[in-house]
Amino acid sequence: MNDLLTLPWLEISILLPLVGALCTACVRGAIAASRWCLTFAGATLVCTLLMGLAAANGVSPTGDSPYSLSHQLLGSALFEIDDLSTPLLPLVALLHFLTVLATARTKMARVSFSGMLISESIRLALFASKSPWLLIVFLALNTVPAYIELVKRRRPTRVYVLHMALFLVLLISGWACASSGESALVDLAALLLLAAILVRSGTVPVHLWVPDLIENCSFGTALLFVTPITGVYAAVRLVLPFVPDWALQSISLFSLITAVYAAGMSVVQRDARRFFAYAFLSHASLILVGLELHTAISLTGALCLWISVALSVTGLGITLRAVEARFGRISLDRYHGLYDDSPALAVCFLLTGLGSVGFPGTLGFVAAELLVDGVINVNPYIGIVIALAAALNGIAIVRVFFLIFTGTRRVSAISLGITSRERFAVLTLAALILGGGLSPQFGVNSRHRAAESVLHHTGSDGLPHDPHETPTQTE
Amino acid sequence: MPDLETTFYILGLIVVIAPVLLMSILGITSLVDRKLSEAATGRWCKCTSAIGFTAAASILVLMLAYDTRHVVIDLGNWVHIDESATEHEHYHFVFKFVFDRLSVPFLLLSYVLCGTIAAFAVKYMHRERGYNRFFTLYSIFVVGMVVASLAGTIETLFTGWELVGLSSALLVAFFHERPAPVRNGLRVWVVYRISDASLLIAAVVMHHLHGEGDFGRLLGTDPAHPWPEGHATASGGNALAVGLLLIFAAAGKSALVPFSGWLPRAMEGPTPSSAIFYGALSVHLGAYLLLRVSPLLEAVPILAIVVIALGLTTAAFAYLIGSVQTDIKSALTFASLAQVGIIVTEIGVGAFIPFVWYVALVHLLGHACLRTLQFVRAPSLLQDYKTLENAIGGRLPQHAGRSMRLLPESLRTWMYRFALERGYLDAFLNEYIVGPFVALFHKLDELERRWTARLAGSDRNTANPDVEQST
Repeated sequence: MNDLLTLPWLEISILLPLVGALCTACVRGAIAASRWCLTFAGATLVCTLLMGLAAANGVSPTGDSPYSLSHQLLGSALFEIDDLSTPLLPLVALLHFLTVLATARTKMARVSFSGMLISESIRLALFASKSPWLLIVFLALNTVPAYIELVKRRRPTRVYVLHMALFLVLLISGWACASSGESALVDLAALLLLAAILVRSGTVPVHLWVPDLIENCSFGTALLFVTPITGVYAAVRLVLPFVPDWALQSISLFSLITAVYAAGMSVVQRDARRFFAYAFLSHASLILVGLELHTAISLTGALCLWISVALSVTGLGITLRAVEARFGRISLDRYHGLYDDSPALAVCFLLTGLGSVGFPGTLGFVAAELLVDGVINVNPYIGIVIALAAALNGIAIVRVFFLIFTGTRRVSAISLGITSRERFAVLTLAALILGGGLSPQFGVNSRHRAAESVLHHTGSDGLPHDPHETPTQTE
Repeated sequence: MPDLETTFYILGLIVVIAPVLLMSILGITSLVDRKLSEAATGRWCKCTSAIGFTAAASILVLMLAYDTRHVVIDLGNWVHIDESATEHEHYHFVFKFVFDRLSVPFLLLSYVLCGTIAAFAVKYMHRERGYNRFFTLYSIFVVGMVVASLAGTIETLFTGWELVGLSSALLVAFFHERPAPVRNGLRVWVVYRISDASLLIAAVVMHHLHGEGDFGRLLGTDPAHPWPEGHATASGGNALAVGLLLIFAAAGKSALVPFSGWLPRAMEGPTPSSAIFYGALSVHLGAYLLLRVSPLLEAVPILAIVVIALGLTTAAFAYLIGSVQTDIKSALTFASLAQVGIIVTEIGVGAFIPFVWYVALVHLLGHACLRTLQFVRAPSLLQDYKTLENAIGGRLPQHAGRSMRLLPESLRTWMYRFALERGYLDAFLNEYIVGPFVALFHKLDELERRWTARLAGSDRNTANPDVEQST
């Protein structure tokens, strides 16, 4: 078993989807392509799980193996994982696998399965990158597949391109300033990096690209682009280690405003996709709030919330996507009465939606409790605002549930119930959300170790640090 | 032979696990599309209710036999973080159930009423399309009630509180083919979410003060000082803040003024759920919370005065509104609310005369039983009235109260309109809170759409946000 674990699972996990993309591109027919894609996505998920197992057993899954490609070519490991990223890679692989699995047969012809696998590879590489410049490269590459799809679909790209270009310019210039070692440039670097993270995370007022992308891109691609919440990863790796307290407080303030604003917007939306976009923005912003408060408890809460939001919002998105596959785009200005056609979809919508707002018994509940508890030690008013945002998000979820699934019953000539693939996908996510909620200690321990590791690398251990310390000095 | 402590522990677990088992069975079979038959659902409901009730009654008998007034079933740390690097930081999330003179009667009441209503609903809901859905939501409600009744920490209470809220809102919208029940279900959910947010903030403040949300630590209750003999450990501004947040949460849950508007709306649900939710258990949950934190009211007299004022206002309001109701469910609703107002007043008075807390508890138990009976009897009572009126060949005579005749005509008219509009409470909330909120965010949404369209360089019609095409 140990021999098996010494294989370079991290590199295999990143390369396998690329191989899969090549194979899938050569296959004719959408159904055959989806099968190939599913096989490779499943194999990648298994590889990432083995990588996690290897890490848990103290075996380095990065570059110690004689079969490691980067070790042989570069003499050192290109990709690395730590306490923070170890569970994120299986999470990303799982989200891709389930999204592919739940793709409706009627939509397969429009989906680029090879593109999906390439995106998966980029995202896995992104979450396995600790070196700043390598991370920046993958953050840049990660923006490309969604752009290609927008172009292919002949949808407007300018909003997305403008925001992503701004993000990359700010990020690259910010890190260039930060890595110059000039103490005079530290504040400027912090400002640029802060702005980059705000743009990428869709923080108000630079959030317009999120609803625009979700409205114009295919739901699957948009879902996979936003739900791993790469902006938070960038923040942890690039911003948290060195930026001064004022920058952290600014991110926290903007994120809080976004959480409430987006929650309010999700309550009044008249289109299901825009509702999803704002609900996602509100939840994702709360992660940043905890991230920037620099205490172990709040950081643990934020990291738990990250996992919870990724799982539950993806589940919610997959459910909405399944509804759309049957009934077309859903407007929220009338009752659709879809419950009797798809009762299981209704239950899954409610389950994943409530999981995302931290309903008791779900993983999000513990995460939100931890976050608020950590936050209130720093500033009690932040805790109140978070509770308000959670209340609004809960209202929005149930309102949309009622609008989609209640109302005059539709009479359909054919069965529109949930398929076994969709049921498996959503129930897997629901099981993880509920399982993580009913037995949260394991997950919390893992995230707490990651939080301590992050704080340790900031050199602060939760205490105020020297804002003029440059990243080069930190390293 | 297990010792007394182990016996209590096992019985306590059975009390909690029985409804959880029912919820799991009904929930999982629904999720995997293997729904139980009506007969099997009925059997599971009756069986788990009987098991839970028997275990709860056994605990009561043992407590009386061994003169134990405070039994704690501690399930340990559900989540805990002990900070190694920074010693001052730690986090504990404890699941603890407390059996005492307050929780045991309320628990037994919950089991008796839920069991009775389950037996009633098995027949009442026969061949109803949403039979399985009704009982799944019912099981969630029972879990919520049991957990909230026995909660020894505010997190445990919050868990039960939320389950009760969700099941209530979804059952109000049970007949979801009509828009009215759905709209009313959403209204109930909105009020519940706002009051839940208050409870969550209270939980957070308690954590901030004590490092955990244990009621025992906040209220000074323990085996030596069982409810209501505890003395609150918090005082001053902190106690006032926690107390006000809890009163706000209780007001939302028990439909006290100004949240009373949701209660008549909740009557859109099936009669069995109306009976136990809004006539008996759910509507008393706020009063129960106030009883639970009664030592806090004693420690901070301002809180007691607020509670008395809230209770009296609600009672007077509900009496007035109830006087003009023309349908039986609404009349019963406001009668119920008037009694809840009086119970809340008694709880406030108990802060000065502690014996009154027992009066409030007995009042609550008696009122819940009576009101459940009235709600369940209501449909057949209407039938009886109809038979009677057919027999006499006309309407039954109705007399206005004499006291009303003493008032001037203009005042009577004003009061009649006030009562008919249910105190303008819903109109006030719609006009000054909901309306501006929705208008503001619609405006912002429109601005965002315009700005996005400008950035995209397109001439999309921003006024019509309807979907352009499907994917």
